[in-house]
Amino acid sequence: MQYQSQSVAKLYFIAAIGLFLGQILFGTVIGAQYIWGDFLFPAIPFNVARMVHTNLLIVWLLFGFMGAAYYLIPEESETELFSPMLAILMFWIFLAAGAATILAYLLVPYATLAEITMNDLLPTMGREFLEQPTITKIGIVVVALSFLFNIGMTMLKGRKTVISMIMFLGLVGLAVFFLFSFVNPHNLIEDKFWWWWVVHLWVEGVWELIMGAMLAFVLIKTTGVDREIIEKWLYVIIAMSLITGLIGMGHHYYWIGTPEYWQWWGSIFSAMEPIPFFMMVLYTFNMVNQRRREHPNKVALLWAQGTAVMAFLGAGVWGFIHTLAPVNYYTHGTQVTAAHGHMAFYGAYVMIVLAMISYAMPLLRGRVANSNKAQVVEMWSFWLMTIAMVFITLFLTAAGVLQVWLQRYTDAPMGFMAVQDKLEIFYMMREIAGIIFLIGLGTYIYSFFVGGEEEATA
Amino acid sequence: MSESVAQSAIAKEPLPGDLAIWFVIMAEMLVFGVFFIVYVFVRSNNVELFNEYQLELHRIGGVINTIALITSSYFVAMGVYAIRKGDVQRTGNMLLLALLMGAIFVGVKIWEYSHVFGAGIHLSTNTFYTFYISLTFFHFMHVILGMVILAVIYSFLRKGKYTAEAHMDIETGASYWHMVDLLWVVLFPLVYIIR
Repeated sequence: MQYQSQSVAKLYFIAAIGLFLGQILFGTVIGAQYIWGDFLFPAIPFNVARMVHTNLLIVWLLFGFMGAAYYLIPEESETELFSPMLAILMFWIFLAAGAATILAYLLVPYATLAEITMNDLLPTMGREFLEQPTITKIGIVVVALSFLFNIGMTMLKGRKTVISMIMFLGLVGLAVFFLFSFVNPHNLIEDKFWWWWVVHLWVEGVWELIMGAMLAFVLIKTTGVDREIIEKWLYVIIAMSLITGLIGMGHHYYWIGTPEYWQWWGSIFSAMEPIPFFMMVLYTFNMVNQRRREHPNKVALLWAQGTAVMAFLGAGVWGFIHTLAPVNYYTHGTQVTAAHGHMAFYGAYVMIVLAMISYAMPLLRGRVANSNKAQVVEMWSFWLMTIAMVFITLFLTAAGVLQVWLQRYTDAPMGFMAVQDKLEIFYMMREIAGIIFLIGLGTYIYSFFVGGEEEATA
Repeated sequence: MSESVAQSAIAKEPLPGDLAIWFVIMAEMLVFGVFFIVYVFVRSNNVELFNEYQLELHRIGGVINTIALITSSYFVAMGVYAIRKGDVQRTGNMLLLALLMGAIFVGVKIWEYSHVFGAGIHLSTNTFYTFYISLTFFHFMHVILGMVILAVIYSFLRKGKYTAEAHMDIETGASYWHMVDLLWVVLFPLVYIIR
């Protein structure tokens, strides 16, 4: 750690990992509810557990991005953070608001929560992933603005690099597109239309900038390859992601009541979306092969390489599988989508945040890298979680294909629930893979407490 | 300085401009390439419809635009040639002429669109128009972007940023502009002419 103020990142990383654990616990609950419909009912109904699972994912990734920015921006700018106090204050506000929201989901019926939080004044609730009460959404905007102000001022007084600029651009985009969560027209088609401006333009747009910047940062630090080379790749990957990703949004507009041309635009542009992810794999492995130093933090590099590969598979390949309109006509909203969602989020965003934590956390704790023993434990967690996620994806894909076959691509379609019964075997296997993922996450958390001889001190 | 110097420069540097722009060019060509292939495929399934509505397009406007872009590319190439000889004044003039030709393209295209949209035609009128508007509009946006790039380069040139030895930006911008031209050279016959 070169700058004292980078230490605020530690708080954010710890919170991120804690919330990640919560997300996975609820994931295993919903997984069980797919098999035993009344599991934990009425205490935790499926819709509530699912909401907690997805909301926690978003919140902990945001904590991860912010922590990464508080670590990365001072180091890139070669100056102390503008205001560590503001960063710490915002941390507690965000954590308190996040925790209160999740607890409210669990303790109060959703309709009552809407009433208490006066959703009537500015209705924004009740939409998938954007379930947060309006007051929480306003809080998120305030936190995001303070955060952008803080890192923006830091960048202004220091060195400007391509990595910090792209990171900042991505974070500004994240804040700007979140504003569309306040757009809530009565017309359901218009509602869905703008809803994707948050959901799609986050994960297939501006978040890719954040991911690219973080990956480039970790690669520069761990491989020692020239900044110019890495930046050039970054430019190209970002350009390609934006060319394909922005209009690729059309792949969500096939069947929601929007004009037919979206089927052409969506199919053509989103079919290209795997390309930047493939380039990311080439680039990451290329940089590792050209490395000029043997960084003692091996596991950070493992996460970085894992990100490239798993993002390509999850976002690229599994996205492509059902992105073309004629295919999506059958697969839309089936378990194929769930399979893609799981591996894409894990590969692209979970792994990059973990790569960043893995690189930064030892430095924040005063050493270049963790002991060999701790790294081996963390590598175990890498493989446990990654392989478990591969199996979750495969089982869900199998379930999805069978679902399409029985329910849609047939002359004698079966009813939704009848088909769900037929999928039970895959749901069972998915749940087992999910529990292995949870064990992997436990191993990951344990790795922070493994001692052993330290590699070196900072 | 002359042919031989220019040739040796080419021999040393097979790709003019920044390597990154070539990745962008490849990516853009790939997207347009897929779009063209899809167009051909859809056309072959709707030959009568496409033949009928293709006749409604203003071909003379298309020809003027083809000439404008090719000429513009010529001026950009001359600009690169001039800066390699260190002739900043001539480079500036060439870039201005290229921008003028680009402006003609934009003017004609706006005129063409005003007729099409004025007649109440839109993206959903029929499959032909979906493709005509999508393809030409995406290309139109690239022309605008290319002009912005050339204008920025022109302003840097005026500030004395480029010399015979250091003028990578000009080659980079020129490469992008040639791509815009090339795409049109494929797009024009494909959408306006070939029946």
